[in-house]
Amino acid sequence: MTAVAYVVAVWLLLIGLYGAVTSRHLVHLVVCLTVAQSSTYVLLLAVGYRDGADAPIFADIPVGSPVVDPIVQALTLTDVVVEATVVALLLALTVQARKRFGTVDPDGIRELHG
Amino acid sequence: MSPRGRAWLFVGGALGMALLLAWGLAGVPGSDVPLGRYAGLLADHAVAERHTTNVVIATAFDYRALDTLGEEFLLFVAAVGTTVLLRATREERDEERAARLDEQRGVATSDSLRALGTGLVGPTVVLGVYVTAHGQLTPGGGFQGGVVLAAALLAVYVAGTWLALRHVAPVSALELSEAVGAGGFVLVGIGGLLFAAVFLENFLPFGTKGDVLSGGMVPLANLAVGLEVAGAFGVILTELLDQIVLRRSASG
Repeated sequence: MTAVAYVVAVWLLLIGLYGAVTSRHLVHLVVCLTVAQSSTYVLLLAVGYRDGADAPIFADIPVGSPVVDPIVQALTLTDVVVEATVVALLLALTVQARKRFGTVDPDGIRELHG
Repeated sequence: MSPRGRAWLFVGGALGMALLLAWGLAGVPGSDVPLGRYAGLLADHAVAERHTTNVVIATAFDYRALDTLGEEFLLFVAAVGTTVLLRATREERDEERAARLDEQRGVATSDSLRALGTGLVGPTVVLGVYVTAHGQLTPGGGFQGGVVLAAALLAVYVAGTWLALRHVAPVSALELSEAVGAGGFVLVGIGGLLFAAVFLENFLPFGTKGDVLSGGMVPLANLAVGLEVAGAFGVILTELLDQIVLRRSASG
């Protein structure tokens, strides 16, 4: 079960990077980055997963029952926020790049100024 | 570098990375071993120590509250950065023109979409407040609730126009919410410094387990983060929507 999650995490990372490398549009590039970063969520949650354990929320289960790792879940929360901030800033930069260079093709920007 | 050369470089790098990842992940303990020591301590004692039933929130807003403070300011800085990047070149004339065109768009929006958007605003706000307020009890918290609240703003935009969004949630109000949220968390931390001698240490009574106000400072910190997140996402959303509206008016 966890092996599948690890395979998915590695796959998401590599396919996201592949998309970023071959991207021809800055917005597409940003989306590829989010795909690559989402691999870290899968990885973190898989590391904390335990067989037969519940979510670490004791609202309806007795204290002391087996639960999955609460720390990696809190870390995943941080991770999601970081991704949202990075996407917001990159999209703002994309808008500026379009105004400045007249193109959203990463290669086009390089050809003009590099 | 040519696209072909870049692709080959990527294939080589990706293969190496995949091998390293496979090697590393093969050594990760399986899912049948007990939790690590820190995680086990939190899982076993957080409920009794902090009277919160959601251990993830107890971890994020009490045991590791300093991390969350940094995280909150990350979002704050991102919203400020987006504003600085996008608000640079704008003239009043553009805004008026954009507002006029936007009203025309408002007329063109289909009635069903407007009805759906309007209907979604209320339930979304209630859900956002609920998720924020009950973070210490059930899955949720300030970050999740704040994003839901910001989504209510998007529903306003869908239902009406850019101008309607500006009236319901003026940027200054969003910025205020963001600042109050960021400052509020710091104040909670200073409260710990004053009354419990340690920054971000709990200084409030823990209350009864299962109550909305249980968990000491956790509900306060959650509220601060909820305000901050709703404000920050609202500001980012408004700035990006402004770009769409201004661009449309420039081309139309």
